[in-house]
Amino acid sequence: MTASAAPLLELRGINKSFGPVQVLRDVDFTAHAGEVTALVGDNGAGKSTLVKCISGIYSIDSGEYFYDGEQVHVHSPRDAAHLGVEIVYQDLALCDNLDIVQNMFLGREKRSGLVLDEPTMEKMAGETLDRLSVRTVKSIRQHVASLSGGQRQTVAIAKAVLWNSRLVILDEPTAALGVAQTAQVLELVRQLADNGLAVVLISHNMNDVFAVADRIAALYLGRTAAQVKASDITHAQIVELITAGRSGDLGLAPAAAAIDLGEVNGEQ
Amino acid sequence: MTSTKTAPVDGPATQEPTGTPLARRLLAANSAWTFAILVALVAFFAIASPPGTFLSQYNITQIATNAAIYLVLGVGMTYVIITGGIDLSNGSVLILSGVLAAEFMVHNGGYKAGWSVILVGIVISVLTGTAWGSIQGVLVAKAKVPPFIVTLGGLGAALGLAQIITTGNDVAGGAPNTLVETLGLGELFGTVPWLVVLAVAVTVAFGLVLAQTRFGRYTYAVGSNAEAVRRSGIRVDRHLVKVYALAGLMAGIAGVMSLAFFHTTTIAGHSYDNLNVITAVVMGGTSLFGGRGTVVGTVIGVFIPAVLNSGLVILGVQTYWQSVAVGAVLIAAVYVDQIRRRSRERG
Repeated sequence: MTASAAPLLELRGINKSFGPVQVLRDVDFTAHAGEVTALVGDNGAGKSTLVKCISGIYSIDSGEYFYDGEQVHVHSPRDAAHLGVEIVYQDLALCDNLDIVQNMFLGREKRSGLVLDEPTMEKMAGETLDRLSVRTVKSIRQHVASLSGGQRQTVAIAKAVLWNSRLVILDEPTAALGVAQTAQVLELVRQLADNGLAVVLISHNMNDVFAVADRIAALYLGRTAAQVKASDITHAQIVELITAGRSGDLGLAPAAAAIDLGEVNGEQ
Repeated sequence: MTSTKTAPVDGPATQEPTGTPLARRLLAANSAWTFAILVALVAFFAIASPPGTFLSQYNITQIATNAAIYLVLGVGMTYVIITGGIDLSNGSVLILSGVLAAEFMVHNGGYKAGWSVILVGIVISVLTGTAWGSIQGVLVAKAKVPPFIVTLGGLGAALGLAQIITTGNDVAGGAPNTLVETLGLGELFGTVPWLVVLAVAVTVAFGLVLAQTRFGRYTYAVGSNAEAVRRSGIRVDRHLVKVYALAGLMAGIAGVMSLAFFHTTTIAGHSYDNLNVITAVVMGGTSLFGGRGTVVGTVIGVFIPAVLNSGLVILGVQTYWQSVAVGAVLIAAVYVDQIRRRSRERG
């Protein structure tokens, strides 16, 4: 995939503590437009915390947050949304009794005068789904309750994309899905990047990661173990980075990896 | 890295145009078959009753007048139940609003009070209802007390306050003649009672708000998945306060209607308003689990008991059968809702 020169999102030396527990230390992370960046790491490695820092749910203690080459300060989800950062959560935030269009526009409904402008919303939702090459839903007016897990994930992703977002973060989008539906969602993830968005994919599934990711960032006990191109690394090396923080000459220095292990047990 | 192209796996690979959403919504609505019941009832009574009785203008007017107050209360209840809540207090709030309005009017001219006094009285009633509803809404949304408990408490408290103010007796002279002769008994163009006109106006207005505006959309969304609504940046607690305030507003309006129609406060006459209105709303297809329902359904649900009552009287059958029939329809309506929920969870 074509990697644009400058990253859309660049984090440098991010630190975040909750009381005495330092969850993120000197974390560096980049995400490029047009690429899928996988964020991997064991439970408690700090993936979720990092994502919440990116999206403004947590504010960072120290470190630099560059967006589109400029340093920005993100203190609330609203700030992040303003930058074009959208998150698709693991537990899908959809309303069962509303249809696909209504869900996609929830909270940002188009109006003409006082009443809702349904034709415009329907048109925009349809266009967004077309742009993502989503062909799996029969009607965009069907209730979300009648959709399969994969289709629901698709709607959640399309909802995030509708707002001219530039960076979409997907928190384990395939965790609850079967094989066929996983393939369907991964195809969509790839499609997002091919449409020019920067995509961050959090996943525990290495098959998924290697299937779609251009770059892989591994966190180990709150540190960036490595961020490398997916084509430069093997499955086994990633697993080592996740479990030991280093693999050959990749990853944290041996001493740092060893010390951290004793020090940061049981974070989160 | 190359893209992983897979064939679509779920369902046909077409994205159908959306067709006519209105027709589909009507079919999908629970209210479709309750509407059929209502039509069947009307047809039955029209045929079974002596000619010129059931479908006479007089009788239709009577049915509509009897339904008017429940209709207004039902609109507010529809909103509340769609959010997944319940309002047991509406009958008492109606009484309290009416009593405060009547107390003001009886001390400012009584029977002979003019329009300026009446208007102030109406404002008092409407504001009382809205304020009471808002307080209940704050308790539900912010204090997280279950709606059942909040409005059960409100039911007792509002009635108690009304009885304290009036020492338990209805306010004699609280309904000025001018109000009774216009809103209470007057008719638009000499045919349509003003009570019915007001009820229709309120119903249409808030039916449109529910179906066509952001406020309505959020009402459904809150009842469907409050967390999703919160994440979409909508203030769920504020919305809930507004919905309960709306229910209170409706009780305030109904308070004025009741005052005008019955010529006095009717402190003992509204004990079962809450249950009757909940029955009507649920019969109309609004789900007690939230997220689903329409004002059109509520209209149907209000008219089923009204039509039954009138028809049975004309046929000379004991009207107590009405309660039996309504009870059966109510349980059937909820049973259908349950089946739909179960089939959805399976599918």
